[in-house]
Amino acid sequence: MPTTSFKGGIHPPYFKEPTREAEIRRAGLPKIVRIPLQQHIGAAANPVVQLGHHVKRGQLIAEPGGYVSAAVHSSVSGRVTAIRSFPHPSGTKLPAIEIESDGWDTPCEDLRPVADYLSLSPQEIVERVQRAGIVGLGGATFPTHVKLRPPQGKKIHTLVLNGAECEPFLTCDFRLMMERADEIIQGAFLLRKAVSAERVIIAIEDNKPEAIERMSEAALPLDEISVEGLEVKYPQGSELQLIKSIAGVELPKSKLPLEAGFVVQNVGTALAAFEAVAKGKPLYERVVTVAGGGVNQPCNFLARIGTLFSDLLDQAGGIAEESAKVIMGGPMMGLAQHTVEVPVVKGTSGILVFRQSEVEVSEGLACIRCGRCETHCPAGLPTGRIGLAVEFGKFGIAERLAAMECIECGCCSYVCPSRRPMTHYLRAAKAEIMRRRERERAVGAK
Amino acid sequence: MQNRLLVVSSSPHFRAKGSTARIMFDVVLALLPALVGSWLFFRWRALAVVAASVSAAVGTEWLMLRIRKRKPTAADVNSAIVTGILLAFCLTSTLPWWAAVIGSAFGIAIAKHCFGGLGFNIFNPALAGRIFLMHAYLVQMTDWTPTYFEKKEAGATRVALSPEASQGVDGESYATPLGILKEAFLQKRPISEIRERLPGYWRLFVGNVGGCLGETSALLLLVGAAYLLWRRIIRLHIPLSFLVSLAMLTWIFGGARMVGGEPRMHLFHGDPLFHVLAGGAVLGAFFMATDMVTSPMTPKGMVIFGFGCGAVTAVIRLWGGFPEGVSYSIFLMNMCVPLIDRFTMPKLFGANFGK
Repeated sequence: MPTTSFKGGIHPPYFKEPTREAEIRRAGLPKIVRIPLQQHIGAAANPVVQLGHHVKRGQLIAEPGGYVSAAVHSSVSGRVTAIRSFPHPSGTKLPAIEIESDGWDTPCEDLRPVADYLSLSPQEIVERVQRAGIVGLGGATFPTHVKLRPPQGKKIHTLVLNGAECEPFLTCDFRLMMERADEIIQGAFLLRKAVSAERVIIAIEDNKPEAIERMSEAALPLDEISVEGLEVKYPQGSELQLIKSIAGVELPKSKLPLEAGFVVQNVGTALAAFEAVAKGKPLYERVVTVAGGGVNQPCNFLARIGTLFSDLLDQAGGIAEESAKVIMGGPMMGLAQHTVEVPVVKGTSGILVFRQSEVEVSEGLACIRCGRCETHCPAGLPTGRIGLAVEFGKFGIAERLAAMECIECGCCSYVCPSRRPMTHYLRAAKAEIMRRRERERAVGAK
Repeated sequence: MQNRLLVVSSSPHFRAKGSTARIMFDVVLALLPALVGSWLFFRWRALAVVAASVSAAVGTEWLMLRIRKRKPTAADVNSAIVTGILLAFCLTSTLPWWAAVIGSAFGIAIAKHCFGGLGFNIFNPALAGRIFLMHAYLVQMTDWTPTYFEKKEAGATRVALSPEASQGVDGESYATPLGILKEAFLQKRPISEIRERLPGYWRLFVGNVGGCLGETSALLLLVGAAYLLWRRIIRLHIPLSFLVSLAMLTWIFGGARMVGGEPRMHLFHGDPLFHVLAGGAVLGAFFMATDMVTSPMTPKGMVIFGFGCGAVTAVIRLWGGFPEGVSYSIFLMNMCVPLIDRFTMPKLFGANFGK
């Protein structure tokens, strides 16, 4: 199939070498974990355990707070020592369940393995995925079961497994594809069955030829699964841009991929789905890339959810004295942290630490209308003009210029020679427009 | 580790190399070949005009930033240097230094800072300075002089005839190639009849003709333009559409031929190559119309803008009051940029879904 990549985008340096060859290493059993109730898009989960309770690894500790929500499981066996607000990677304090490990790591057997998992019905598959608390592991953390249950009358024809991993530094998906290709393919088979799609396309950027080869090998026995190489370009892994690259279909941000018959799942999510469905393993651990100039021994950890960043950084040989910035996720869309005492959550694909010399702090100059932000915007937005509108408080103009379509990929800020906080302007515009719409709705309701 | 203060900022945490100051510096670098050319053709007087213009531009920039209580940045300074050089490039080498200073100060103070400084000016400050000077000091501004080499050539032939005659060379009024062409056009004379009075294409291309001090050599300007293209600071949209529309229109409407012994205007008898190489077309198309601040942001808008510049230049050169119209055309099109921008929005991703 001819691939016509999306317009715009950037070619940042990828810096994946330090962890490319770093095999996934099981992180040491944490002494303490803090598992937030909000690790996904949607409603927060509600605790079902109380202070002092003893829990096992994989035991349900908080049930979904609604349909668009996800179950939360304990990642260690031990005693619940606190249920209160703790620093959260999102930058605020949010309720979390603190569990002190008893060191035995006793597994819980609520969700039983299924030997004959290939004969499970689509409903059973989705149910087990839902019970395991699986969310999109690419970073967006959208509850997977919601994506697997398309509304009545919507036919899904293609399941896309996203192995683009276009964020610099991150190699967690690459390592998974290299080390656990067969299980990912099994997961793909199950997910395809769940949505009754005709085919599965595994999309991988061309800068990971080993992964393309490995996945193609693993997919060989299954006709309906194919592997496709994609142009190396950020943000190739963004859901809508990925669909454009694979199938030439452009979806507006307001539409879900299923409107065009697509479901996109991260490769890590496919593996988690396989483990949940076949092995009865809830989502209580994930692969985390620990890298950046401030990390002494960059590596890939299989880390328990709730492990504190500080714990993982210590296991990565500690961080350099002049470390100045800690990011959860990749450098393009990740969240800067004000403390390393935050826990790994389901969406933690990476922990990056940068030295002072790698951190740029600038106020930004006046826009010189060079137009680079607009040329590189993968969403086709008049980014520069929206930025100017926001700078002068003209949110109405920002709304008319379609600011809500921004995917916050960061390309505009990346290319701006005046070092303007473009993505931040767009974010501010979206927040203000949402506020205004809500206010209007409230007035309308009266 | 617990007490370490971390930098918290909004994503992305990664930025490409390059800065506004660097862009402006690159433009200065790109202008250097033509600057060397101006010295070759017009000697020290050219450099004196450039020096006056640049120092006035930087001085005015600094003063205006002080008045507006802004901290001068490298971007401001470098952009003022660009303005200074560009203005000097469209002045004659005989212009008194104080006129260059006035033009430069006008461009920076009025055309740039009264509109909000770097990034907010509607008009290219260098062009505003030149147009101001054209109106204030028309005589000095059009006191053309032949190039150093032309003088040498003329001197040599005259010395051979009589030593006295050579002294008169500097005092003679000198007609620029476009001036000669304009005269012929007004008299409806075919270009072929005045060909021997015009410099050849090669001489025009190299720049060994009188005119403004930086615009004469298309060759040296193109060397600089190639650098800017390579550095991805300018794109070809504006220069190409500018020069193509200028060439097309001057070719179609710019010529005459003899019909039954009578000179008549005739379609498709113009000399497009001459119009592109002579005057300020190359300088304007590659260095002035491409000014980011005062040109459209989308490729489509750039093409419209470029075509407009070429068309207005052709109209002024053929039917206007001046032999040259590059600066006015860009100035006029600068005014249209907000309108062009408004109607040439980038195509929104997914806008055609379901259609």
